[in-house]
Amino acid sequence: MKVTFRIRRFNPEKDSKPWWGEYTLDNVDPIDRVLELLHRVKWEQDGTLTLRRSCAHGVCGSDAMRINGVNRLACKMLVKTLGAGDHIKVQVEPILGLPVIKDLVVDMEPFFDHYRAVMPYFMPKEHVPADGRERLQSPADRERFDDTTKCILCACCTTSCPSFWANGKYVGPAAIVQAHRFIFDTRDGAAAQRLNILAEPDGVWRCRTIFNCTPACPREIEVTRAIGEVKLAIQRGV
Amino acid sequence: MAAKVHQFDAVVVGAGGAGLMAALYASRGVRTAVISKLYPTRSHTGTAQGGIGAALGNLEEDRWEWHAYDTVKGGDFLSDQNAAGVLARDAIEAVIELEHMGLPFDRTDDGRISQRRFGGHTNNETKKPVRRACHSADRTGHMILQTLYQNCIKEKVTFFDEFQVVDIIMNGNVACGVVAYEIDTGELHVFHAKAICFATGGWGRCWQTTSNAHSLTGDGPAIFLRHGLPMEDMEFYQFHPTGIYGMGILITEGVRGEGGVLLNSKGERFMERYAPTIKDLASRDVVSRSIYLEIRDGRGINGKPYVHLDVRPETVNRYLAEAGESRRIDAAYIESKLPDILDFCRTYLGVDPVKEPMPIAPTAHYAMGGIPTNIDSEVLSTPDGNVVPGMYAAGEVACVSVHGANRLGTNSLTDLVVFGRRAGMRMIEYCKNTNFTPLPDEPDGSVRREIERIRNANGKAKPHEIRAELQKVMMDNVGVFRSEEMMSEAVEKVRELKHSFETDLKIDDRGTRFNTDLLEAWELGALIDVALVTAKCALERKESRGAHSRVDFPDRDDVNYLVHSFAWLEGNDVKTDFSRKVDLSLEIAPTERVY
Repeated sequence: MKVTFRIRRFNPEKDSKPWWGEYTLDNVDPIDRVLELLHRVKWEQDGTLTLRRSCAHGVCGSDAMRINGVNRLACKMLVKTLGAGDHIKVQVEPILGLPVIKDLVVDMEPFFDHYRAVMPYFMPKEHVPADGRERLQSPADRERFDDTTKCILCACCTTSCPSFWANGKYVGPAAIVQAHRFIFDTRDGAAAQRLNILAEPDGVWRCRTIFNCTPACPREIEVTRAIGEVKLAIQRGV
Repeated sequence: MAAKVHQFDAVVVGAGGAGLMAALYASRGVRTAVISKLYPTRSHTGTAQGGIGAALGNLEEDRWEWHAYDTVKGGDFLSDQNAAGVLARDAIEAVIELEHMGLPFDRTDDGRISQRRFGGHTNNETKKPVRRACHSADRTGHMILQTLYQNCIKEKVTFFDEFQVVDIIMNGNVACGVVAYEIDTGELHVFHAKAICFATGGWGRCWQTTSNAHSLTGDGPAIFLRHGLPMEDMEFYQFHPTGIYGMGILITEGVRGEGGVLLNSKGERFMERYAPTIKDLASRDVVSRSIYLEIRDGRGINGKPYVHLDVRPETVNRYLAEAGESRRIDAAYIESKLPDILDFCRTYLGVDPVKEPMPIAPTAHYAMGGIPTNIDSEVLSTPDGNVVPGMYAAGEVACVSVHGANRLGTNSLTDLVVFGRRAGMRMIEYCKNTNFTPLPDEPDGSVRREIERIRNANGKAKPHEIRAELQKVMMDNVGVFRSEEMMSEAVEKVRELKHSFETDLKIDDRGTRFNTDLLEAWELGALIDVALVTAKCALERKESRGAHSRVDFPDRDDVNYLVHSFAWLEGNDVKTDFSRKVDLSLEIAPTERVY
């Protein structure tokens, strides 16, 4: 099959504003992933096309981008899911709400600032056991926060959120997911501190339950549900 | 334009498991910076799936001595036994420390860290597989990477993210810094340091089919080779038996640990013939070769070069019953233990492993060789053990050597926490007793010239064309099975590609901001140098051992080759030395390796 990419381009050294570039590839296999095809554009047609990528199988979280209007990891998106027929068109843009550096590369620092703001690290409730061994945790207690341990910080959720687009100070879904992972860990003792941070005006209450984040997550985390659980915990305790 | 100069006591290059562990430890004693070409959470440690090996004995009897023995046997007796001992002993403490840092391991019913079976890990007395792989579903590496990065944030470790290290700075024989390219701006930075730890990971991108990230291009080894420093055991490169056919994406050995089996076109569980005792859980080199032989003999599925990995509950339960085990599994169990694997197969292949077998073939996976180090993670400059003052290495990039000729599954994660930790501790000690060595004049001069050459390269050969040729010849000629003729051809071909890279390169992007065209080309230069050394060392080792399997020398030769190779890059040539004897201090005698 044939694929024509329409890609949002911007080179800060040359362009005063972004523009759309069109690139057509022949001999595309329907199971090719968007990342492979963007590589073909870069390698075969225009080496200046710029994007981030690393593991190429949906684990490292480098290649979040807006593909046909929705946030996806380019390496997890098979071209056959983007249209049928001999010749399809695919539109690719950088994720929204973060400053564009070049082409599909955005400045991730504001995103990681929000992440760091929610104390995304273990604050043990108790000292380590006297025998020096591991802390004990029941399988059920471990399961309680399993979903949010899957987060790879790709920013698909946060940059799909209209509340975040409207106000970049909102910590955003990814930071709340990260906080959730610790708030509901029975070994952790700093839930109250995290809940205080998230009860601030730019915390969870900026979430309007629009639900964009959940389908955007390439790890299938139930993001909106996690945010809801944090909201409840603020009101009623963990 | 002069480079910006930074000064830290210790600098860690790479932010995967080994780098973060080294940084966490070093930063508790001295001013430390981590420099990484990726955001730390993008590092390849995050893709490790099945588990981290440690003889905790949470589910059945286990001992660190058995873990050490299995490591040495898995390494086809080329592992340094002192190092294997350190690995197995320290592993217990290191894994428990990860739990103390908050790592969410899966749990046993009584709340301890859960453990599963993995290839080559055995009870040395019964010879049966033992539950040693501590795991967190099938994303153990993700959890380790996240936990270490979280702890670095907690302890306020300094990071330079998206800074690509492109050179080391030596003053005489003493290491005194690194040069890094700031990806966003294109500026060079000099980091003046007392101690430097390389933790840049592997170089799977030398091969066509690989489980490795695009970023795994052997930057560290290439930089060292260009400074006249040696690499160790480069001929040993592991092909993991179960990569997704045609893509190379890894399917964890944990699938077989949970009871999955390999089947050929006749539906035979062929590993019963190659490894009668532990069957599908034999060492990776053994399983990869068995798959190749099945395919060679016409038993690939539908005549194609792949076999099936079957973890359907009915298949697993049939073999469990046959083995007289009472355990049975169901679809829900598979979903809970292997969620990411199911997702990969459903996404990329449209295959649901709960209902259908997975098409798999071996994939280039892990470098046993690398920058030579001792058990304190100090870098060696000679085969007789002299060290490069101030220089450390840990994780996949280093060759301690614990993995010998073939690494056991779960030992990569063990290696990086154990030896990353040791590097961090040793760097504190070194920094406290050492002054800064002055920087030489123009420390960034030669790499600046090379970067400008690439930026302005206007020949005919595009990087992706050279890279594709390199990956093909390495896959075809320096892969699972090797011969003199194949490898000689590879050496010649890689030399040609090196020449083309140096004289006829062409890139498109001449800019300074986020120029990944330029960086990919620079990384290609690293891949070429590392591939050349790999092919040459493989040619010089005239025996079969572990992952290095020669059709012209099918037997292991302990008389001549119970030694490590050292290799130096000299222009287009590679000088080798086979004088460093294997450490045998645990008194494990090499025996015939059967599983």
